[in-house]
Amino acid sequence: MINFNEVNETIQMIDNQHLDVRTVTMGISLYDCADSSAEKACTRIYDKICKRAEHLVSKCENIEKSYGIPIVNKRISVTPIAHIASASRVNDATCFAVALEKAAQEVGVNFLGGFSALVHKGITPGDAALIRSIPEALATTEHICSSVNIGSTKAGINMDAVKEMGLIVRQCAEKTADRESIGCAKLVVFCNAVEDNPFMAGAFLGCGEGDCVINVGVSGPGVVKCALEKMPDASLGELAEEIKKTAFKITRMGQLVATQAAKVLDAQFGIVDLSLAPTPTMGDSVAHILEEMGLSTCGGPGTTAALAMLNDAVKKGGVMASSYVGGLSGAFIPVSEDIGMINAAEAGILTLEKLEAMTCVCSVGLDMIAVPGSTSAETISGIIADEAAIGMVNSKTTAVRIIPVIGKNVGDRVCFGGLLGEAPIMPVNSASCEKFISRAGRIPAPLQSLKN
Amino acid sequence: MKAFLTVIGRDRVGIIADVSNKLAKNNVNILDITQTILHDYFTMVMFISLENSDMDIASLQAEFADFDKNIEIRIQSEEIFNSMHRL
Repeated sequence: MINFNEVNETIQMIDNQHLDVRTVTMGISLYDCADSSAEKACTRIYDKICKRAEHLVSKCENIEKSYGIPIVNKRISVTPIAHIASASRVNDATCFAVALEKAAQEVGVNFLGGFSALVHKGITPGDAALIRSIPEALATTEHICSSVNIGSTKAGINMDAVKEMGLIVRQCAEKTADRESIGCAKLVVFCNAVEDNPFMAGAFLGCGEGDCVINVGVSGPGVVKCALEKMPDASLGELAEEIKKTAFKITRMGQLVATQAAKVLDAQFGIVDLSLAPTPTMGDSVAHILEEMGLSTCGGPGTTAALAMLNDAVKKGGVMASSYVGGLSGAFIPVSEDIGMINAAEAGILTLEKLEAMTCVCSVGLDMIAVPGSTSAETISGIIADEAAIGMVNSKTTAVRIIPVIGKNVGDRVCFGGLLGEAPIMPVNSASCEKFISRAGRIPAPLQSLKN
Repeated sequence: MKAFLTVIGRDRVGIIADVSNKLAKNNVNILDITQTILHDYFTMVMFISLENSDMDIASLQAEFADFDKNIEIRIQSEEIFNSMHRL
């Protein structure tokens, strides 16, 4: 029998420590929607999404009421649209984004991800059309998210795509210059992208997935921080144990919601993503966990080690709590979405270079980083290439979601609103990498032995 | 279906009576009660069964919407506590 203290602990976690299910994401395969006519394909896409996700939001709201646990986002991920648009031989894939937007609005989800292309080894005409359309697609839609996979451990890094994505990120910024360049906040450039990611902006449903899949992302930085607050004098080993126990409880809750959601929505249960996903709200910060561990400010010496331990303990605690684990699984460090990161960046202690080091030991990468609007396409490509190299060599997912905010410079702030938060404009090393990027071609896949 | 009903708020005469009455009217059975005063707050956890009730958790929760503005009442399926605190 559950006792009084256990009931109270769960309620405290939900009420005071921001425990929630961050997202229930329904993956919908669109392979059966491809058609030589783009118009027909778009109609099929709209119809299929509206049919499969008709009750996604209402059923998730029932689960929220039944368990008393908030499900913050209800989202959809779809087959990479480049695969579908290829069949229609379009030069401009924006019409697919418009169809997706219409469907997203009809079913009432927060975001829909999958306006994506996988080009880690080569670019097909369909991929090229989709990539070209990204700036227009993200400027004219509200709920659509886009991602492009430009590298993998097995294929190396496609530097042609890296070069192109530098330009695309800039175009996204320019096309949404009147809205703080928000288009870039909906675009992720990946190395080793995963096929079952429930989190935005990088979610898509991979080609090895089923027809309709429920993937769930849990969260709870506040719960971990509160657990550590009670142990001011404990050793790091003891802290790791406490993080594991907390992650276990959080993940068990996610597993329960995931299985229940899959059941009531008549979908396959995919995975639980073991994540610590912050929000800009006070008390929901990953940076503050690191500071609770003993750092004066996130970004200072010791940050990478503290984050490595946190990330590992979250996975160790979570993995036993769920029957299927996947997605990105790890602590997120999106600067604009984490109040501790925002403060550390504003103080000049958390820099782009330190963030790059931190991405070696956690999921996912340089995330939600605002940089001066004057940052060149080549520099953005150089940052993407660096981050992809970390992912490629270490066999992990890395990503770049960087926002060159048009008209803003170091010292300014940018406010995206909602979960996307706000951020100071961070300085970028301006030494040129133009020659390196202009060489294009491919960086060969790395050795998987002689690991030093 | 079984659930935990928690009551937290300013103490007054008749909280248990009022909550129990409402549950009885809706044919909800009380299986266990724990109650204490925590930092001057009335705090109670009831383990209840909705098996013979026409209500589900959401509709029972709605019944308590206007209960008392100084008292917070929530009803949650037992599954969430079992999954978080039991192997």
